[in-house]
Amino acid sequence: MSEIIRVKQLTKEFGDFRAVNDLSFTVGQGQVYGFLGQNGAGKSTTIRMLLTLIEPTAGEIEIFGMNLRKHRREILRQTGAIIERPDLYKYLTAKENLRIFSRLSGVRVTDRQIMDQLALVGLAGRSDSKVKTYSQGMKQRLGLAAALIHNPGLIILDEPTNGLDPQGIADMRNLILHLSRDLGKTLLVSSHLLSEMEMIADHMIIIHKGGKVAEGIVDELLNPEKSMVELVTADLPGTLNLLQQTAWAAMLKEPVNGTLRLEMNKAAIPELNRDLVVQGVSVLSLRPMNTLEDYFLSLTKA
Amino acid sequence: MFIDLLKIELFKIFKRPRTFIAFGAIAVIILLVQFALKVNGKDFVQFYTDSQADTFDIPYEKILNGYFVCVAVLHMILIHVPLLVALIAGDMISGEAGLGTLRLIAGKPVTRTQLILAKFSASTVYVILLLVWMAVFALLGSMLIFGTEDLVVFRETDMHIMKSGDVLWRFFAAFVFAALALTTIAAMALMFSVFSENSLGPIVATVCVVIVFTIVQQLRVPVFEETVNPWSFTTHMLGWKGFFYVDKNAEGATIAGSVENPESLVRSGLILTGYIVLFLLISIRSFNKKDILS
Repeated sequence: MSEIIRVKQLTKEFGDFRAVNDLSFTVGQGQVYGFLGQNGAGKSTTIRMLLTLIEPTAGEIEIFGMNLRKHRREILRQTGAIIERPDLYKYLTAKENLRIFSRLSGVRVTDRQIMDQLALVGLAGRSDSKVKTYSQGMKQRLGLAAALIHNPGLIILDEPTNGLDPQGIADMRNLILHLSRDLGKTLLVSSHLLSEMEMIADHMIIIHKGGKVAEGIVDELLNPEKSMVELVTADLPGTLNLLQQTAWAAMLKEPVNGTLRLEMNKAAIPELNRDLVVQGVSVLSLRPMNTLEDYFLSLTKA
Repeated sequence: MFIDLLKIELFKIFKRPRTFIAFGAIAVIILLVQFALKVNGKDFVQFYTDSQADTFDIPYEKILNGYFVCVAVLHMILIHVPLLVALIAGDMISGEAGLGTLRLIAGKPVTRTQLILAKFSASTVYVILLLVWMAVFALLGSMLIFGTEDLVVFRETDMHIMKSGDVLWRFFAAFVFAALALTTIAAMALMFSVFSENSLGPIVATVCVVIVFTIVQQLRVPVFEETVNPWSFTTHMLGWKGFFYVDKNAEGATIAGSVENPESLVRSGLILTGYIVLFLLISIRSFNKKDILS
């Protein structure tokens, strides 16, 4: 699989504040690459650097195998993006907006192509309405149409589900999956909505305070051989004392919010449960933290 | 690509209702002045002729013609047009930042220099169209309403008389010069626009600069006359008036096709051009270095 994006030791400083810190990652062709992090983690700053909106303090960016600084025009011609809110020209119609953004991308499109694009995002019926009459969800979909109008190979979506209602989120998710699976596009999608990322991304990076804390295939990140296991009992200090006198002590981590945590092989969970019950501990809950949210929190709190 | 960018910018300008405020305001002001002069033109002309009564024997009906009215209109409104230009040019970058579209267009395969030049060119086209509109109302309209005669232009201590056949080229030159002056304002407003993320700041800043330098110019005190005023663009923006000050021969008769001080006109034109280049270079450099965070 060829690399579409290669970011190497990317750093951005705003005065004394380091927004992105020595960040490296690669995105392969055809991937839906999740870019995960809390608000302020550095996702948007990184994306803005990928689109040449912000000049990096240090590091290198290659897209489509070309240096971004040297081949900016060729790269951006093959890239479509939504950055945060997809603000378009409110005083123009959807068709007029798409025509402008296609021209800016160096492509002349026909009315038919514009209507096809609007149909793809479910806005064909409102093509001649001014954008100021659109709901947030419609603007979001039109933003996506504007990002796709020149048929780019790489699509960068920064928080594409922001401000959408549940139906809008589902529609956006389906559209992203359609672009990846049916049209073979490469997508870099940033979000702080972990559940969304879990459903659409096949690879992902987790960033925190500007730096990478994990990267890999989503399934592997969610189902590692070793997993954090959360234990809740009726007597936490007693249970902790008990476990510290057994072989489980090596797996014990710092308690969090009144729960015990053990980093262990998930296959050993029944054995742990049995030991606790035999020792007379009332186990209220014993579960592997294998959702992306759990994983994300365990990484960013560490 | 540049032509495409220019077309896009013009399309955006003329799709916004606010663009037409300037055209509407100019039409209304000119029509009001023409109406006032049609009704009370004699009083207006006498205001000037009374101060030069000893040497003056042309009946006011001949003075109050379409050309005279057009010059009067230009005197009255050209000083205010910078505000209308700033409304559009000051919004060029900052308006996009405020709207959230700057990050979209700056992430497209066009250079930021091209974007600035396209926006500047679109502002210039807007200025030219504004002046053509003004010419239609102020010159053609006045010619239709008041007819044509020789043009008399009053100055503080003397007057200049131009034959009617020697007038139209002067208006053309004056409008071209006014376009250069207003383009200077557009370039300055665009420069302020690069540094702001809302439209109001650059528009107010532009108007403030024009007001401050106009006041400094009108103070006419040596400290400013010798230092600031020779280089202030507000001084040279009024250069268009020079096309209506004619040279005279030894007998005091007007020389057709002449202007009193062509060197001064050329100098003013060059200084205004210099300002345009300076403002554009600052805009391009700043915009190319700007991190777009809006």
